[in-house]
Amino acid sequence: MIAGLSTAIVVVLVVVLVPLAPGWDAVKRSFFDAETFVNTFPTLLRAFLLDVAIFAWSVPMIFALGLAIALARGAQSAALFPLRIFGAVYVDLFRGIPVVLLVYLVGFGVPGLGLPRPWNSPYIWGTVALVLTYSAYVAEVLRSGIESIHASQRNAAICLGLSSRDTMRYVILPQAIRRVVPANMNMLVALQKDVALLSFIGPVEILRQAGIFKSLLANFTPYVVAAVIFLCVTVPATRYADYLLNKDRNARS
Amino acid sequence: MKTVLTAAIFSALAGAALADGHCAAGKTLTDGTLTIATGNPAYYPWVIDDAPESGQGFEAAVAYALAEEMGFAADAVTWVRTSFDEAIQPGAKNFDINMQQYSITEERDKVVDFSAPYYTAPQAVLTTETVMAAGGTSPTMDFLKELKWGVVASTTALPVVMEQIQPNQSPLVYDDNVNVTAAIQAGQIDAALFDLPTALYLSAVVVEGGAILGQFDPNAAEDPDQFGALMPEGSALKACVDAALAVMTENGRLAEIEAQWLQEATGVPLIK
Repeated sequence: MIAGLSTAIVVVLVVVLVPLAPGWDAVKRSFFDAETFVNTFPTLLRAFLLDVAIFAWSVPMIFALGLAIALARGAQSAALFPLRIFGAVYVDLFRGIPVVLLVYLVGFGVPGLGLPRPWNSPYIWGTVALVLTYSAYVAEVLRSGIESIHASQRNAAICLGLSSRDTMRYVILPQAIRRVVPANMNMLVALQKDVALLSFIGPVEILRQAGIFKSLLANFTPYVVAAVIFLCVTVPATRYADYLLNKDRNARS
Repeated sequence: MKTVLTAAIFSALAGAALADGHCAAGKTLTDGTLTIATGNPAYYPWVIDDAPESGQGFEAAVAYALAEEMGFAADAVTWVRTSFDEAIQPGAKNFDINMQQYSITEERDKVVDFSAPYYTAPQAVLTTETVMAAGGTSPTMDFLKELKWGVVASTTALPVVMEQIQPNQSPLVYDDNVNVTAAIQAGQIDAALFDLPTALYLSAVVVEGGAILGQFDPNAAEDPDQFGALMPEGSALKACVDAALAVMTENGRLAEIEAQWLQEATGVPLIK
């Protein structure tokens, strides 16, 4: 009751006060122009399909590579020490470089070496940049999941006669991956937005299409349209992550 | 309060003294000073060495000539830098006029004011010698359709490519000139559309093995690309700027500056 009342007051204040600001008319024309909204929406929605496509083909690669790096970092035997070092360097490097920089470096730099078409496509190398960055994050998430599995599980598996490889595959990983699903959902939401960074190296996805409209119409409304379209995807995804998080918490308590 | 009042009176007097009797008096951001914005960075040959204060380069020279015509001495001109977005955002602006190759379009004119045009820009095709070798010497529309195109997002080049050339593959779009040249260099695009002076500079200096395929005749275009100085919507200064530009067109000053800074423009083949 009190919560509802206070929320209502805040909403009313915002709705009443913001339009009273002297620049509201200009802001409204520039950011919330209904005609521009309607005219640009279909094209922007089509451009968003490219974002979805890039997202869809990046995700499997990110998780495969992330898992490989996590396993490399967790390698136990002394002979595999170089692998462990490689994993650590990989994570440090690609988690530490801003995604935009990596998109530029890989997206323009590698094709600049003289690759023929279609192997110099910005789609390929932009995807590579995203996969490099996000697999580093996912690797760390997975590693934390693997390390959170109690040592008694590993000991029990060894007592049952499982090899260390089978222990990882049938005992540790199934539990670890389930435990970090909510954290990985977070990664996916972030990735969905970072896909737009590929526009820097050429592809006309939603952010770039909005920028083109902005420049032609001298109006920022297309960006608002893009934001709305993004929200339609990211809000349900975030809620779903919350749901998984709660389910996981309830299952453990 | 008293000091503020004194300062206000003093600056009003100083302003009146500097721009006495001219229509720009009292209409600028700071009285007695004309604040002109340019890009960050500002590109050759519009501004030489990214230093508009020197008056070197076509737009820098036009800016100082314009200021002089409006009654501002060279030391009464202040430069600021803005992006395209800052120039069109709603709210107070930090410049009186903004000159960075803004093409005058009807849609943009609804949001900001443009001066009369100070330059009509032929559109030219920047490409590489490799592509030229593949396409022979005479630039035809059919050949242009086959190319992979790149353009800068904030320019009017994209509509030209889409409507006049109608390429077979959809063009790639970039943030600025540097990214376009990087993509040409990386072989991701074959050609890019720029205004002719920019294309000439990029092909000669920036792109290794760069070449100009040809230019579109601006006189043949239905809606030629014309650069105007951008001002906030409803700017009181517009009438003064237009009057000054009219005088400069009339007495040949504008043509003189164009000849000095943009002379190489001739000799590029026309695209039919």
